[in-house]
Amino acid sequence: MGTVTRIILQRLALGLLTLLVVSVVIFTAVNLLPGDFAQSILGQGATPEAVAAIRQDLGLDQHPVTRYFQWLGGAVQGDLGTSFASANFAAFAGSDANANMGTVASTIAPRFENTMFLAGVTAAIAVPLAVFLGVLAALYRETVFDRAANIFTLSSISSPEFFLAYILILLLAVLNPILPSLSNIFDGMSFSERLERTLLPALTLTLVVTAHMMRMTRAAIINLLASPYIEMARLKGINPLRVIVKHALPNALAPIINVIALNLAYLITGVVVVETVFVYPGIGQLFVDSVKLRDIPVVQACCLLFASAYILLNLTADIMSILSNPRLRHPK
Amino acid sequence: MSGISRRGLLKTGVAAGVLSATGVPLYAAPKRGGTLRLGIAGANTSDSWDGRTHSDSFMIMMAHGAVFDCLTEVAADGQLKGELAESWEASADAKTWTFKLRQGVTFHNGKSFGADDVIESLNLHVAEGAKSAAQPIVSAITNMEKVNDHEIIFTLAAGNADFPFLLSDYHILMYPAGQVEEAIANGIGTGLYKVESFDPGVRLLLSRVDGHYKDGNSGWFDSVEAIAINDSTARMNALMTNQVDAVNRVDFKTEPLLRANPMINIFEVTGNQHYTFPMLTDLDPFSNLKLRQALKHAVNRQEMVDKILLGHGKVANDHPIGPANQYYAADLEQNAYDPDKAASLIREAGLEGTTIDLSASNAAFSGAIDAAQLYQASAKAAGIDINVIQEPADGYWSNVWLKKAWCACYWSGRATEDWMFSTAYETGVPWNDSQWDDKDSPRFQELLLTARAELDSDKRRSMYGEMQMILSKDGGTVVPMYANYVDAHNTKLTNSGTIGNVFQMDSSRLVERWWFA
Repeated sequence: MGTVTRIILQRLALGLLTLLVVSVVIFTAVNLLPGDFAQSILGQGATPEAVAAIRQDLGLDQHPVTRYFQWLGGAVQGDLGTSFASANFAAFAGSDANANMGTVASTIAPRFENTMFLAGVTAAIAVPLAVFLGVLAALYRETVFDRAANIFTLSSISSPEFFLAYILILLLAVLNPILPSLSNIFDGMSFSERLERTLLPALTLTLVVTAHMMRMTRAAIINLLASPYIEMARLKGINPLRVIVKHALPNALAPIINVIALNLAYLITGVVVVETVFVYPGIGQLFVDSVKLRDIPVVQACCLLFASAYILLNLTADIMSILSNPRLRHPK
Repeated sequence: MSGISRRGLLKTGVAAGVLSATGVPLYAAPKRGGTLRLGIAGANTSDSWDGRTHSDSFMIMMAHGAVFDCLTEVAADGQLKGELAESWEASADAKTWTFKLRQGVTFHNGKSFGADDVIESLNLHVAEGAKSAAQPIVSAITNMEKVNDHEIIFTLAAGNADFPFLLSDYHILMYPAGQVEEAIANGIGTGLYKVESFDPGVRLLLSRVDGHYKDGNSGWFDSVEAIAINDSTARMNALMTNQVDAVNRVDFKTEPLLRANPMINIFEVTGNQHYTFPMLTDLDPFSNLKLRQALKHAVNRQEMVDKILLGHGKVANDHPIGPANQYYAADLEQNAYDPDKAASLIREAGLEGTTIDLSASNAAFSGAIDAAQLYQASAKAAGIDINVIQEPADGYWSNVWLKKAWCACYWSGRATEDWMFSTAYETGVPWNDSQWDDKDSPRFQELLLTARAELDSDKRRSMYGEMQMILSKDGGTVVPMYANYVDAHNTKLTNSGTIGNVFQMDSSRLVERWWFA
């Protein structure tokens, strides 16, 4: 396994390098946003003096390069800074009594936890479902079942997320009131209640991500079915299901894992619309709120978190494909 | 508005006692119980219990309307009554005010309420570096003298007959002295409801305080769950699917669907919220009175109410005083859409054929760009060429408002005439967004000062009436419409039958005043 460890370490180092580049991109992009926190928090009351005072309080008047290195230095040590919104609140209160309640980490952590919970529930439904449907579609390819599964998943992936969400609300909350249409989960809720409240957004997201994974499973397996070794297996008289599950699927795992990883990353970073429709307190809402408020430390931390999620999941996908493929595991 | 003189009552302060004794009119006897679930727009992750920072509906409704109290309160019928103040009395020049405070009131942490709390709470607004919207109100107090634990004498820099009224402002909340930081961090007030848990921008849970001075008058719910739902479709949906009992800011586009649901009531009031197009009158061509009058007759107000507000509003008359104000001049002659008159006025101004730039962005108010385009179309009929400039929403208030010669703007209005005028129409104040001042009408500025210190209600009515007329005729601001507050609730909820119009959701006091039928 020495080579595998080396590969993992190499990938990790590359991932960190990518993250560094991404941090520059994030910082530049966020700083290119028009308007700033002082203007947005003051609204109609944004007189030049008040804007200047808040900017000075928050260090926004310093040179961008200086600010970048301050931020990066902090981030490396795990200090993502103080949310402007809270910093401003502390300034209003006229003391630093609440200084530790406003760190970016403490703002983001509970929201991120919620997002991970939603992603987890969705993945627990969508991944087995997609692989199962994919295998069945490959098994019964070109039949009515295959067509129906394709049409259904493709039309759900082609519809806007909010549309799917409202269809599900109509079906499961209005016409048949089985599930709550609001997913306002909070601390202290029991797990089952939390799960019940999360089910509708999770089902919506399942509809969104299933098609991609299912079709990749189907395509990867069908691709292999033409290989000589599958023909051999079939000639031996093994039944078709066993051929697919035992012989084709293991070799098709690499592309499937890649697609699953991409979709998981999407679940963590891209579910703002679904969160908004169901009033789910996830990180997407926080991100949008912070962009609106120009709460730069929170925006940057969210971006960094999203980038890390992508990089980590891709890394995991790479490693899993290597592990699933003996040829890559033992090069030459 | 009723014709009963609010100021007459207020001068002696008997009002407070009488009104709190009579309580809620018995529309249907209120009863205790139940958990009120609210879906409220206007919540932010930056929300806190610091009243000085409050500007959006979620915190206004929860702090001022449930957890904290002010010294005075505007009742649903527009009368001023005491909240933490029991009564008050003014000197003849309206410069010295003696306030008697309610006794036996305690904060949620057990501390008893007294004069020290009032003094420290008011001083928060003028503290070094504090950025409070109520700063002008409090800085007008030159001295606060504690007579005893339940009596304070305020001395003002200049007479102000509205002083008790100003203390009902939602920024001026009462905090426990010496524990302000703790109170701001955890939400410790004297209100009917105490904070159980608060996740800013997400959710707030409140429970009813036992043994409160408002017992029997308000505070009927056992607990309140307020969920932040900023997205309007999600909010309407939550009400439709019975996930919440009431929502604010009904989305006009889906309003017919709510109306069709027999389980849902929509309640709508016209308050002081108004949309404006201020012109900088110190700049050409807006220094020309005839041109300003031409523009006032070149706007089709009713069309704007119908198309921008979808009927949820009322035509306004180029002054900022609204139906929720005491001295609103409802019978003032209306500036009407009259292309011929506008055309002749512009000829008199000698400005035919000039193109006038109008800057707008939906940051000013929702639909501002459409409103500017309607203005452009209606003015065209009068031969006036308006060029609509779409400004970016970001930085609108710092780069366009007060800077561009003519732009779109909104005002939520103020509880008193004097407050509104002295915020945006007094000579030299920073938010005078039309720069219309003593160079244009010395009479208006003179009336403003005289009316402020006048305690006689009839005299004030005639003075404020004249001021509205002057603004309507000569002022530098086109005010085409008042925008209604439109909220909705399910039929399980009920109320006294009188709904406040100072702010949305029964003047943001639905939590205190309503109950389950």
